[in-house]
Amino acid sequence: MKALSPRPTGPAVAEDPADAPTRLIPADRVELLRAMLLMRAIEARALALYKQGKVPGSFYDGFGQEAVSVGAAFAMGPRDRLCPLHRDLGAHLVRGVEPTRILAQYMGRASGVTRGRDGNVHFGDPALGVVGMVSMLPDMLCVATGMAMAFRLRGEARVALAWCGDGATSRGDFHEALNWAGVQRLPVVFVLENNQYAYSTPLAKQFAVDPVERARVYGFPGVTVDGNDVEAVFEAVHAARERALAGDGPTLVEAVTMRMHGHAAHDDMRYVPPELLAEWAARDPIERQQRRAAALGVDVEALRAAVDAEVEAAAAEALAAPMPDPDDATRGVFAEREAEPLGDGHAPWSGFAARDGEPPADASPAAEAVA
Amino acid sequence: MPTMTYLEAISDGLREALRTDERVFVMGEDVGAFGGAFKVTDGFVEEFGEERVIDTPLAEAAIVGTAVGAAVVGMRPVCEMQFADFVACGFDQLVNVAGKTHYRFGLAVPIVVRLPSGGGFSGGPFHSQNPEAWFMHAPGIKVLAPSTPEDAKGLLTAAIRDPNPVVFLEHKHLYRRVKGEVPAGSYETPMTARIARAGEDLTVIAYGAMVHAALEATAPETLDGASVEVLDLRSLVPLDTDAILASVAKTSKVVILDEANETCAAGAQVAALIAEHAFEQLDGPIRRVATPDVPIPFSPPLEQAVLPSVERIRDACRDLLDY
Repeated sequence: MKALSPRPTGPAVAEDPADAPTRLIPADRVELLRAMLLMRAIEARALALYKQGKVPGSFYDGFGQEAVSVGAAFAMGPRDRLCPLHRDLGAHLVRGVEPTRILAQYMGRASGVTRGRDGNVHFGDPALGVVGMVSMLPDMLCVATGMAMAFRLRGEARVALAWCGDGATSRGDFHEALNWAGVQRLPVVFVLENNQYAYSTPLAKQFAVDPVERARVYGFPGVTVDGNDVEAVFEAVHAARERALAGDGPTLVEAVTMRMHGHAAHDDMRYVPPELLAEWAARDPIERQQRRAAALGVDVEALRAAVDAEVEAAAAEALAAPMPDPDDATRGVFAEREAEPLGDGHAPWSGFAARDGEPPADASPAAEAVA
Repeated sequence: MPTMTYLEAISDGLREALRTDERVFVMGEDVGAFGGAFKVTDGFVEEFGEERVIDTPLAEAAIVGTAVGAAVVGMRPVCEMQFADFVACGFDQLVNVAGKTHYRFGLAVPIVVRLPSGGGFSGGPFHSQNPEAWFMHAPGIKVLAPSTPEDAKGLLTAAIRDPNPVVFLEHKHLYRRVKGEVPAGSYETPMTARIARAGEDLTVIAYGAMVHAALEATAPETLDGASVEVLDLRSLVPLDTDAILASVAKTSKVVILDEANETCAAGAQVAALIAEHAFEQLDGPIRRVATPDVPIPFSPPLEQAVLPSVERIRDACRDLLDY
C-alpha cells in the first residue's frame, strides 16, 4: 500500500525531470501555458473582486492546480464531453468559454454563463460540450458514465471525462460510477484530482487505501501522474482517451497536486503545515511550464502581459454588465422546447487538427434520426 | 380498441416508444432477462436487445445519474426503480442534478424515472411508499400519477417526449386489477386533471389508486344518493389548478385523498390552493383523508389500519355532506 503522505517529494526547482517524448508541438506547449496563465489571472482578478465585495457568496479557486484541468481538457476532442469541478476553471477555458462571461458569472451578472442562477465555478456552457457541476462533487462521475454509455450505444468514437477530488472518493456515487463504467467497459476517463485536503480533512482521514488502487478492482487501470506537470497530465489523459476509443474501457488518472489556497476565500488554512505549502510552492505548475516555454524561445513575459491585459479587459466588460432582472428568477425551471443536446467544444491540441479519423460534428445516428 | 391492464398499458406505451424513437432505451435492475420485478419489460430484451434494455448494477444513484448523462447527449432514457421506495438512493441525482440543470444553464434533461409505488400488499416499510411529494417539493421535476390504463400509456408517452425530468408513479395496486380500453399506437395524454365522474354535491380529489377508492366510496347508490364528483389529478407537477378550482366552485365541498403520508402530501398543496383561491366558494371545511405519518407497517391489520380505506373516505364524505 502506498503511504498517504503528500506526493511527490524531493527537489523541484531547476531540477525538472527530463520530459518524456511528447505529442505536443511547441505551439501546444505554449497554449498549455497560456491557458494556465489565463486561469490564474482570472481567479486572481476574481479574488480581488470578491475582497471588494463584488462577488457575492463565497469564492473558490484552483490556485496551484491549473495543470490538472488544463492538461486533461487539452487531451479531449471537440465531440468529447466534460464534467469539470470547482478547481477546474482551466477546462472551461480550453473548451472556449470567454473570460468575461466567467468574471460576470462570479459577480452574478446577467451576462454570466448561468445568468446569475448559480455562482462561482458552478457552470458549464452546453454549447461547448461541458456539463456544469453540482456541489455534491462525485455526482458528475455518474453523469459522465451515462454520456459514455450513450456514445457506446450509438457506436460513436467519443469519450466522456469527469474530474473528482480526494474527498469525493468517499461518497457512494464514486463507487457506483466506477463500478458501472468497469462492468460496461465504457469510454470514460476519471481524473482524480488529489489536492491533499477536502476542505480541512487530510487524506489520512479520507481513505485507508489510496483510491487509485481501487481502479484495478473495478476492472480497469489506475495511473498516478504529477498533477503539477501539465504535459504529464495531458499525456496520461491522452493515453486514457486512446484506451477508451479502442474499446478498452475506463481509466482512473490520479493527478497528485496541492490546493494552495483555502477551500474557499474565507478559509485561512490553519490546518495545513506551512512547510507543506512551501514544498508545493516550489513545484508551481505555471513556473514549470514557463521554463519549458522559455527554453523554446518564447517571450514568457510578453505572454503574461497579453493574458493580464485580456483579463483586465474582460473584468472591465463584466463589471459594466447589468445584474439580472429579478423577474427572471422564476423563469426557465422547465424546458419548453425540444431538448437540445450538448454542442461541441474547442479542442485546441494540434493533434486533433492533424489527425484523420476524428468524426465530424453532429454525425450521431440520433441526431440524424431527429432530423 | 384493445382492453389492457394498467401494467399492459405501461408496457405497450414503453414498447411503442422503443419502436418509434431510437433515442429511447430502458434501464434498471432486472429489467432485461427477467423482464422487471413486475414484468413491465417482459419480452423487451428479445425485441430490442440488451443494448436498449439494460440490466444495470444495483445502483440507483448511478441509474439516475447515467440517465442524465445519456439524456444530455441526445438519448431518451427511461429508468425503472424496482420499487418507488428505492428512489431515495437516487434522490440526490434527481433533485440536484436532473432537476436544476435546465434552470442553471439551459440544458434540458429529458429522462423518465418509473416508480412502482403504493401499498396494500404487506410490502412493509420499504416496498410500499408513495414518494411523489418529495419531488413536488424539488423544482424542475414533473410528477405524473395515472389511474387508468389509457392514461398510463398516454402519460408515459407524454413523459418520454417531454424535455424535462419526469417521475412516473405507477401504482402497484393497479397493475393487474384495473383494466380498460387503450388506444393502439402512440398518443399523449395531457398533463392535466380529468373528471373521473361528474357530480354536483361534493368533490373528491385524488390521483393514482385513490381515484378508484374514491369512485367506490362514492358510488351512486351510496351516500343517500348524493352526487359526488371525482377529480383525477393525473399530474401533480404541473398541477391543474384551474380544474381543481372549477370543481370546487361547482360543488363547494371538497375531500382530498392521499395514500401518501399526510404531512406535506400532494393533497396538502391542493388544500392550500383551495383555501387561498376558493375560500369564498366553500360551504364547509376542506377535509383530507391520508395515511398518518408512520412508516407503512407489514402485518395486514396494521397496514389496513393506516392506508385510507373506502370506509374512511365514505365517512369523510358523509360528514362533509351533512355539514
